Amino acid sequence: MIPEIGHYALILALCVSVVLGTLPIYGAAVGNSMLMSVAKPAARGQFLLVLLAFCCLGYAFAVKDFSVLYVASTSNSQLPIQYRLAAIWGAHEGSLLLWVFILSIWMVAVSFLSTHLPEAMRARILGVMGLVSLGFLLFMLTVSNPFERLIPAAFDGRDLNPLLQDPGMVIHPPMLYMGYVGFSVAFAFAIAALLGGNLDATWARWSRPWTTVAWCFLTIGVAMGSGWAYYELGWGGWWFWDPVENASFMPWLAGTALIHSLAVTDKRGGFKAWSVLLAIMAFSLSLLGTFLVRSGVLTSVHAFATDPKRGLFILVFLAVVIGGSLILYAWRAPRVGLGGGFSLVSREGMLLTNNVLLVAALGAVLLGTLYPLFLDALDLGKISVGPPYFDTVFVPLMTPAIFLMGIGPLAQWKKATLPALALRLRWAFAVSAATALTLPWLIGQWTPLVSLGLMLAIWIVTTSVVGLRERLAHADGGSLMGRLAAVPRSYWGMLLAHCGVAVFIVGVTMVKGFEVEQDLRMNVGETSTVGGYTFRFDGVREVQGPNYTAARGTFHVSQDGREVTVMYPEKRRYTVQNQTMTEAAIAPGLMRDLYVSLGEPVDNGAWSVRLYHKPFIDWIWGGCLIMALGGVLAVSDRRYRLAWRRKEAEVPAATQMARQTIS
Amino acid sequence: MKWFLLIILLVPCLAGAEEARPLIDNPLVEARLKHLAVELRCLVCQNQTLADSHAPLAEDLRREVREMIAKDMSDKDIIEFLVTRYGDFILYRPPLKATTTLLWVGPFVLMIAGVAALVLALRRRQKKLVDLSLSEEECNRVARLLSEGANRL
Repeated sequence: MIPEIGHYALILALCVSVVLGTLPIYGAAVGNSMLMSVAKPAARGQFLLVLLAFCCLGYAFAVKDFSVLYVASTSNSQLPIQYRLAAIWGAHEGSLLLWVFILSIWMVAVSFLSTHLPEAMRARILGVMGLVSLGFLLFMLTVSNPFERLIPAAFDGRDLNPLLQDPGMVIHPPMLYMGYVGFSVAFAFAIAALLGGNLDATWARWSRPWTTVAWCFLTIGVAMGSGWAYYELGWGGWWFWDPVENASFMPWLAGTALIHSLAVTDKRGGFKAWSVLLAIMAFSLSLLGTFLVRSGVLTSVHAFATDPKRGLFILVFLAVVIGGSLILYAWRAPRVGLGGGFSLVSREGMLLTNNVLLVAALGAVLLGTLYPLFLDALDLGKISVGPPYFDTVFVPLMTPAIFLMGIGPLAQWKKATLPALALRLRWAFAVSAATALTLPWLIGQWTPLVSLGLMLAIWIVTTSVVGLRERLAHADGGSLMGRLAAVPRSYWGMLLAHCGVAVFIVGVTMVKGFEVEQDLRMNVGETSTVGGYTFRFDGVREVQGPNYTAARGTFHVSQDGREVTVMYPEKRRYTVQNQTMTEAAIAPGLMRDLYVSLGEPVDNGAWSVRLYHKPFIDWIWGGCLIMALGGVLAVSDRRYRLAWRRKEAEVPAATQMARQTIS
Repeated sequence: MKWFLLIILLVPCLAGAEEARPLIDNPLVEARLKHLAVELRCLVCQNQTLADSHAPLAEDLRREVREMIAKDMSDKDIIEFLVTRYGDFILYRPPLKATTTLLWVGPFVLMIAGVAALVLALRRRQKKLVDLSLSEEECNRVARLLSEGANRL
């Protein structure tokens, strides 16, 4: 009964989305405010209906209702409750429901936080989001219904993929989807502005905080995915350029370009058409990512073709969304004004160059991800595109981008001069170059890549310091504290996010350059020393988990004769799917991680064991966290808080611009 | 009590624990294997290198590569052998040939074309823009209006 209620709620939600996707947009076109006012209640109604459907599916998992096909195929009676609930988004159908659910959360948020927007704008935004949800609901109800019954009911479920039975997997997909779907808000703002023909600086000001928040979620989501791969897959890496990872990374790159381009549109009125294009791109890539991961096309092009209904729907939907918005763009964008003029050497010019580099990097990732699929589909042979390819093309594309990242915030708007910039940055450059030449020697060994990585990281930090110093020197407010307080939060946010990138680069560089790995054959009582830490193997014993049995090893780790920690790596066998999983043990630390993963039993109680010493690896995720915090700080800036509170009096754009230039 | 525990924990350490042996006893062969295997694909895994995989087939293939290294074959010969047997699919660094030209050249073409387009677009844009700079009198008026606005707030 309950699953039918969920199914029915989805059907009703579909009906509401049809209303939401048509009436308010039509109303905005003809200036009928009654039709426009449908948007708010419809968005909220759709949210309640999807929430109901989501709860029904959750209930079916909680009570182990194996007469629901999706529940039977992704959970099991022995699966602990938290993983049964996480199994809602454990496979294709449920993750689509999660997608729509999160979309309706964003819709409700827009409906509550858009009181300061003109009614037509709000009606169009919610209408566009309604159309997107219409596509997803239709997809679910026609070809991938999570509430489909299995009659007769299964005696027990086929269990959730053991890889996904992990606390990280409980929160990683919702975070990631908050980011993916969050870009639908930026997309809806852009489409609404194109429809209304009012693509101006105010549009950018309104959509900026939404985009930044979505970007923060996506940053955290991608970082969590990488962290999960690190501790769950047991191979010690943190990023493999796997298509699934790339699918989440591409919208991130587009989103990063978008928030920078929006900053220019907001402050200077430039880049309008480009910002719109990036908003369309970011959301299209989010859609592509969702479908790449969930359609099975990655496992095999042929598996995708065996279920042509789903594949066809996906392709048509992608074509309608991407094609439709690009046609609208081509039609409307040429009418957009140009904004202020600027030369290539200016803050605008550098931001735009960085945007081009980010998009080229994005193109490289897209090419590498889809190329093998295309070759295979065209029967031109099977190839693998892996880390060696991506490392080779990505580093040369990102190095100039990161170099510019240091200069950009210091350059004047409109027109800057290179000699003056060089003079202001000479110390930053000297310090970075000196560090790049000497620091790797001091740590251990000089290699070009380590040197480059450290130089870029130090460059970001030193240029940030120069920027902050100059800003403080020009700020009014008397004492140092007063002047620090006068610096707006959005500026702090930018500094913090950029320093997050530096922290991230340090992590990547150090772990790539100085990681130590050892493959050993360890008898009970034997020791081995890796990176100054001595690991002693104290044997393996059997442990019984809720739905698995495990061989758990014990390793005592000491440094200079002092015991540091005890580590328990496991080799688990999940009984239902009869699958073995390597559960690595990790002793995290600010300066290094110790990582032990248990291989196979060799003979007489000896095991093959892999030990790692990974310097600074946690900086990778720390850096991402700092980037996201920077975003949060930027969104909490005073002007946004004010904007939420009062409906801003319409000020002519020219005056606003002049005010910003002066402040 | 603490001390007692510490002694118990430390005694086995001090009692001349033996150094564990590497899984394979020839470090030179292992180093070369590692160097090769990080760029090779484990053919039965979802997406994993030969170096990282625990799959039995990967184990076998690693053994074969070890044997080839022991026979003193060059890296190039080993890779050639593997490609003839398993196809380009085994290489994580796709070889440059007719079908993969776009893959290798694409990103850099994209970057160069992007930057060139940017420079051209900016030049054209600069020409199209009408000179909007303010006269001194207008600047004064803006400042006056702004200060009036500030007083009103």
